[in-house]
Amino acid sequence: MRTSADHHETSTTRLLPSPVPVRFLDEDGRLGPEDERGGFAIPTDEALLETYRWMAIGRRFDTEASALARQGRLAVYPSSRGQEACQVGGVLALGSEDWLFPTYRDTVSLVVRGIDPVESLSLLRGEWHCGYDPVASRVAPQCTPLATHLPHAVGVAWAARRRGEDVVAMAFVGDGGTSEGDFHEALNFAAVFGVPVVFLVQNNRWAISVPLEIQTHAPSLASKGVGYGVRGEWVDGNDAVAVTAMLADAVRYARAERAPVLVEALTYRMAAHTNADDDRRYREASEVDVWQRRDPVSRLESYLVNTGALVQDDIDAVAKESESLAERIRDGLAGDVREGADDVFAHVYAHPPERLMRQRADVLAAE
Amino acid sequence: MVTMVQALNRALGDAMRADPSVVVFGEDVGTLGGVFRVTDGLTKEFGPDRCFDTPLAESGIVGVAVGMAMQGLRPVVEMQFDAFAYPAFEQVASHVAKLRNRTRGAVQTPIVIRVPYGGGIGGVEHHSDSSEGLYAQVPGLKVSTPATVSDAYVLLREAIADPDPVVFFEPKRLYWSTAEIDLPASAPGSGRAEIRRPGSDVTLMTYGPSVPLALEAADAATAELGLDVEVLDLRTLVPLDEASIIDSISRTGRGVVVTEAPSFAGPAAEIAALAHEHCFYSLAAPIRRVTGLDIPYPPPAYEHHYLPSVERILDTLLDLEWEEPFTRAA
Ligand SMILES: Cc1ncc(C[n+]2csc(CCOP(=O)(O)OP(=O)(O)O)c2C)c(N)n1
Repeated sequence: MRTSADHHETSTTRLLPSPVPVRFLDEDGRLGPEDERGGFAIPTDEALLETYRWMAIGRRFDTEASALARQGRLAVYPSSRGQEACQVGGVLALGSEDWLFPTYRDTVSLVVRGIDPVESLSLLRGEWHCGYDPVASRVAPQCTPLATHLPHAVGVAWAARRRGEDVVAMAFVGDGGTSEGDFHEALNFAAVFGVPVVFLVQNNRWAISVPLEIQTHAPSLASKGVGYGVRGEWVDGNDAVAVTAMLADAVRYARAERAPVLVEALTYRMAAHTNADDDRRYREASEVDVWQRRDPVSRLESYLVNTGALVQDDIDAVAKESESLAERIRDGLAGDVREGADDVFAHVYAHPPERLMRQRADVLAAE
Repeated sequence: MVTMVQALNRALGDAMRADPSVVVFGEDVGTLGGVFRVTDGLTKEFGPDRCFDTPLAESGIVGVAVGMAMQGLRPVVEMQFDAFAYPAFEQVASHVAKLRNRTRGAVQTPIVIRVPYGGGIGGVEHHSDSSEGLYAQVPGLKVSTPATVSDAYVLLREAIADPDPVVFFEPKRLYWSTAEIDLPASAPGSGRAEIRRPGSDVTLMTYGPSVPLALEAADAATAELGLDVEVLDLRTLVPLDEASIIDSISRTGRGVVVTEAPSFAGPAAEIAALAHEHCFYSLAAPIRRVTGLDIPYPPPAYEHHYLPSVERILDTLLDLEWEEPFTRAA
C-alpha cells in the first residue's frame, strides 16, 4: 500500500525541476551530451529555422529601438538583448487562440506574435499605454506593475475553460517579479483552479540594480512551483534549442493536463535596465563579457550552420528582412506623436460622470 | 419584511439568472454563503462554476476577476471586510480602474467589488474601516453605497449591469435593517441623490451607514430646536449627484456633511468644497462636517468617541450662524 509519505515523495519529485538547467547546446553552439537535455527531443529543423529567423529580427528590432530611445524618439526602452530565445521561443509555442501576457521588457515578443512593430512601441514612445487591441490580438497590454498581470492570465484561462475553449495563457515575468505577492497568488490560484497557464520567468539575473541573491535563497526560481503543486522546469535561456523544446512541451502539457507550468529560463540582461539606467554603478563589465560568449543568437546560428540547415543565403535573407523592419520602425516613429486632449477623457469610463465631462470641456476650451 | 442582506442576496441571484456571464467568488462565499450570508444559496442554485470559494488572497481574487473580465465575464467579488480589501488595492487602482483607458476601450472591466464596511458593530480592529474615500479618488472607479433595503437591491443590480467597475460599499451595521417591501425592489438609479426627509432650514448631506443617524438627528433637531432639517442621501459617491446637493443647499442656505470616514481629505471635504464653490451666494453659514476622527478606528470600547452621533450633529447644527442664537430645550 502506498503511504502518504510515498505519495508526497513521488508527487514532489514529479514537480521538481532538474538540478541544473536543461540544455542542448554548449557555448559554441555544438550539441552537448544527451543527459543534459532533460528527456526533451531536439525540435525539427523547420521549427529551429523559424526560431532563428525571429531571433535575428528581434535582435535588430531591439538595436533599432535602443537607438531610437537614445535619439529621444522613444520615451524609454527596456532592452531584451540577450533574451531573444525566450522572447521568440515563448511566442512560437503558442497557438492562435492562446493568450500572451508580456511585461515592459517584452516588446520583441509582441512583434513575434504579429503586432505591428510601430504599434508595439506605442507604450514606450509615450503615445498611449497600449497601442494594439488586446482582445483581437490575444496579447494583454504590457504590464509594468511587477507580476500583477499573472493573476489576469489565470482569470483568462479560467474563463476560457468555462466556455469550453482550448486556450493556454503564457505570462512572462522577471526574476525580481517572482518576489512580488501576485506571483505566488497567481501560481496558487492556477494550481487550485486547474487552468493551463505557462509562467515563464526570464531570470536575467538583475532587477534594475538588485542581483538575484537579494531576491531569493531558493535553489532555483523553478523550484518555487512545487510549493503550489505546480510543475517546475529549469532551462538554459540562452540555448534556443532547449528553450524551444521546453516551451513547446510546457504548452502541450498545460493544454493536455489543464494545469499550470512554471518555467525558469536562465538568461542575462545584456544592456542596462533601460536607456536611462547606468549599469556601471552596480555590475562589472567582465560579467557582461562572460554572457556575451553565450549569446543566444550566434549560438543557434552556429548550430544550424554546422548541421547544414542554415546557409549563407538564408542568413542574408533574414538580415535583409530585419533591415526593412528597422526601416519601418524609423519611418513609423519619424513624425511627432499625434495627440488630442479628448483622448485622455474618452475611455476613462463607459459612462463618465458629469464632472469629468465638465473638466473635459474646460481643457478642450483652453486648447 | 426584508432585510438588507436578503435584498443583496436576491440582487445577486436575479443578476445571475438574468445574465450567465455573472460569476460570484471570494472567501467563504460558496458553501457558507458568506460571513454575512449575502451569497447564501447561490452555489446551490447556480453551481460551483458560478459561485465559489477561492484561495485566501485578495489581490489574487481581484486579479483573476480582471482576467475573467478580459474574456467578457462579469465578476462580482466579495472582500470579507473593509480593512481586508487593502491587499487588492494595487489590482483595483492599477488594473480594474485603468484597463479600459489603457486599451482605448478595447477591454472593459465590468467588475463589482463588494466591501462590507463601517463601524458601530463592536468589531475588533480591522473590521470597521470606512475606506470609500480611498476608492472614490481613483479615476475609473464608481463608488456606490446604499442606505436602504430597496437601494441595496437596486444599486447592486445596477452595479452588476454597469460596464464600468463599481466598488460597492455595504454598511455592515445596516445589514439587518428591514423594510416592508417586495423584491425585486424599485428605486431611482445610481448618480441620483434622494431626499429622505425634506426640510427648509439646513441640509444634512450623508450616505450609507450615516443616513439613519442623520434622520434621527433631524427629528431631534425639530423636537429640541424647532429646526426644519433636510436629509439628503447621496447613494453613490461616484458619480456624485452634484445638482441635488447644489439645489438643496441653495434652498436651505446651510449644510452639514455627515460621514463615518475620517475628515481629512475625505468624502466630506469634497462635498463641502462642492457646496462652497457652487452655492457661495446662497450660504448663510460655512458648510460643516461631522465625521469619523482622524485616528485609526478605535477598539469597541471607544468607538462611540469616533462615530458621528446625534449629539455631535446637534452641536454642529447649533454652531451654524443663525440670526437668533439657539438655546437647546433640554
Ligand atoms: C510593483 C512594482 N514595483 C516596482 C517597480 C519598479 N521596477 C520596474 S522594473 C523593476 C525591476 C524588475 O526586475 P525583474 O522583475 O527582474 O525584470 P527585468 O526588468 O529584469 O526584466 C522595478 C523594481 C514596478 N514596476 N512595479
